[in-house]
Amino acid sequence: MARIVVDPVTRIEGHLRIEAQVEGGKISDAWSSGTMFRGIELIVRNRDPREVWLWTQRICAVCTMVHALASVRAVENALGIEVPNNARLVRNIISASQYIQDHVVHFYHLHALDWVDITGALKADPAKTSQLAQSLSAWPKSSTAYFKGVQDRVKALVESRQLSLFTSGYWGHPAYRLPPEADLMAVAHYLEALEFQREFIRIHAVLGGKNPHLQSYLVGGMTTSLDPNEPQAPLNPERLDFLVQVAQTAKTFVDQVLIPDVLAVAGFYQDWFALGEGPGNYLSYGAFPQGGIKDTARYFLPQGIILNNDISKVYPVDPGKVAEYVTRSWYEYAGGDQAAKPPSEGETNPKYSGPKPPYEFLDVDKKYSWLKAPRYEDRVMEVGPLSRMLVAYASGQPEVKAMVDGVLAKFKAPPTALFSTLGRIAARALETQLLSNHIVGWIEELRANMNSGDLRIHNGEKWDPSTWPSSARGYGLFEAPRGSLGHWAEIENTLVKNYQIVVPTTWNAGPRDAKGQRGPYETALLKTPVADPERPLEILRTVHSFDPCLACAVHVVDARGRTYARREI
Amino acid sequence: MPLLKGTLAEALKVRGVSRREFAKFCSTMVATLALPPQYLAAVADALQRADRPVLVWLEFQDCAGNTESMLRSSNPPVADVVLNLLSWEYHETIMAGAGKQAEAALKRVVQQDAGKYIAVVEGAIPTADGGVYCTIAGRTALDIATEVCTHAAACIAVGACAWDGGLVRSNPNPTGAVGLQEAVPGVKVVNLGGCPHNVANTAAVLVHYLTFHEMPALDQYNRPLFAYGRLIHDQCERRAHYDAGQFVEEWGDEGSRKGWCLYKMGCKGPDATYNCPTVRWNGGTSWPVKSGHGCIACASHRFWDAMSPFYKPLPKVPGFGVDVAAEEIGWGVVGGVAALTAAHAVGSVIRAKKGNGDIQKEETKPASPQS
Repeated sequence: MARIVVDPVTRIEGHLRIEAQVEGGKISDAWSSGTMFRGIELIVRNRDPREVWLWTQRICAVCTMVHALASVRAVENALGIEVPNNARLVRNIISASQYIQDHVVHFYHLHALDWVDITGALKADPAKTSQLAQSLSAWPKSSTAYFKGVQDRVKALVESRQLSLFTSGYWGHPAYRLPPEADLMAVAHYLEALEFQREFIRIHAVLGGKNPHLQSYLVGGMTTSLDPNEPQAPLNPERLDFLVQVAQTAKTFVDQVLIPDVLAVAGFYQDWFALGEGPGNYLSYGAFPQGGIKDTARYFLPQGIILNNDISKVYPVDPGKVAEYVTRSWYEYAGGDQAAKPPSEGETNPKYSGPKPPYEFLDVDKKYSWLKAPRYEDRVMEVGPLSRMLVAYASGQPEVKAMVDGVLAKFKAPPTALFSTLGRIAARALETQLLSNHIVGWIEELRANMNSGDLRIHNGEKWDPSTWPSSARGYGLFEAPRGSLGHWAEIENTLVKNYQIVVPTTWNAGPRDAKGQRGPYETALLKTPVADPERPLEILRTVHSFDPCLACAVHVVDARGRTYARREI
Repeated sequence: MPLLKGTLAEALKVRGVSRREFAKFCSTMVATLALPPQYLAAVADALQRADRPVLVWLEFQDCAGNTESMLRSSNPPVADVVLNLLSWEYHETIMAGAGKQAEAALKRVVQQDAGKYIAVVEGAIPTADGGVYCTIAGRTALDIATEVCTHAAACIAVGACAWDGGLVRSNPNPTGAVGLQEAVPGVKVVNLGGCPHNVANTAAVLVHYLTFHEMPALDQYNRPLFAYGRLIHDQCERRAHYDAGQFVEEWGDEGSRKGWCLYKMGCKGPDATYNCPTVRWNGGTSWPVKSGHGCIACASHRFWDAMSPFYKPLPKVPGFGVDVAAEEIGWGVVGGVAALTAAHAVGSVIRAKKGNGDIQKEETKPASPQS
């Protein structure tokens, strides 16, 4: 029995450590640990709730904006504020572009190197690569000369021994299985995707001033005033034209590059449709309201729960049933660590009890992570694109149904194949395509409103804190690209009294609970083959398929019971 | 394997960067650094002959915002050129290797290239409770930062958290977080504040270093003057409306549609220095004021605690005299603003140049009118 440690898990956001036990070439047990903690919920207490979104947005910049949106929603929910239709649209357009950008970056820059051997590209025949690319897609950059050029660059890179960030990869690992031509095509698209995402995210610069960390949210709406006749309006016909133009590039890139690449890579690794199955329970809060925020039935991505891999039923979501364990996390509850606490009454007192650094192994029989263990009615839930696509599929959303059935037919696979490492990757790609099909329409909807004279972008009725009740509680839910995100806010005398966040990666990467139930990563790693314990490429494949975001996952909920020294004024 | 790997000219050739792209990059960098145009040839020449130093990028209590900022810059593709300027050996968010292989790469740089590599640090460093709030490969952030930064030729702190502890250090600072300079007092750090840093400035610092073999002129916070020497307010595209007494009074009002001044909505531009309005973001596309929100002074010292609440107008307005509060400012009070420019001239610095492009560091007075 060998204990494998992967720390740092790279090509993710934040600091994640995986320890795994390997028996007979397969993982027999696994532990997921978040190793960084900041305490942002504590820091936002006693501050103006209208600005908390600026603070919480800094939880993470990879999925920037998700904590801004969830935060303004939580405060709006607490104070009973409805945002104007234009603000809803701007928020949806920002969110959709975040999904597209994030998912593209995830596939090419954070995940592809688990499946693509860069050095394999050297052996490719550029003419055959061109044939392969043209057989898959109408994407114009597909000539023999183009791939020869990319190959020459890779060759020069390898020969000059200037591999830089690629130096430490697991090149030549037996688990790499793409033919050289597919390797070369993927490397070319890795570079093209870098360019694509960089240009595409200018949508966020227009709608938020900058990316990362957009600066246009407001409790009650957005700052991006629109006017058909004002050249200095944050949004006017010229800037909407620009948004449409950039948004259109997404559909072309996703249809012609991302989707064909994902399907091509999946075709060579079909055994991964049978590996990496999570807990079998899937949660989606739903996203992209098409009307009021409370009208969840009209969300573009539906809300719902699937249990025990049974996609014949979709259960409703009750946020009140979310609760978090700290039994195996470096926190303590005043009433003992055995019972879970809902975030609305959450309590977290950080208390590190792990080994003194520097250490070699965690004591995984005790507490071993800065992540808590969220549960829904005591069930372990997987969140993310797979959960959303499954809930949409099971809810009969026609467009999603057609897309998913198309992929399953291509691989002659049953829907159960989706409960896997490759299923997560396929779901993420399909979701990217779904949103790239709709983002332009949403921009046009905004333009139509503007042209019809509806210029409302902010509801200022409750902007002045003197209009607020002395105390109020609310929550804001959102489906971030990585999964279900909830912010819970308690306001007293115009300031934040308590603030709590339950984040996608906490759901997925959290440790065991009081009942010993493993978190989704820990479950998904079971039975994963490990060909070379010194180079555990297979662990990265499954962990990366969830798209981990550890900076999001670790947080303090409440410091009840612990007094912090006031170190700074 | 040698860690200094050929010249930039060779590297650019390998990466397929054209001469035209390179020339465009150099002229953007010269402009960002506020160097006179005649330096263009010197910069281009020096860059082409420069050895490519090794760079390692460490992430501690971070949100990866500075990493993402680097990946999302464009026009010119600064990130590409920066990648070409340096041999990037370690960067958790984007490197191929993980675990042991990743740590071996870092160790190799520290051992084989001591005194020659550049260390970039992102995120705060926790010092409370033995540093247990951030560990990588079982080691504390403080331990790693101390080892890597004390062996580096130069250290650059990118973003607010690495500079002064940033948001993580804000009251009540649950983890005892501090910036790099405070965590590892012996090392010389160039601080590139901002939340996140603007990669155009970071690239310019690296270009300056490669050209002149030293860091650009710095202010009292060890921030480069070319980026942090001027008030946002003085560079703001909405400044004329401030001078004319035209203010946004409510979110979404007529003034907000006409691009009027955001001072009354809490904009911190009159008290913040940064070249944000001119360098802008995402390929020069925009900056926060252009999208209708006030500046939050994200490049100012300890801005999270010092500049919040963010929607409260600045109590004193430079140019209006100390007794004039926000609510009194409007159409009737527009006199005296010319004094503002003169007041801030104190903060602007004329960079003295010695022979051979050697740049002398000058002591500067704080640019902020409240300092």
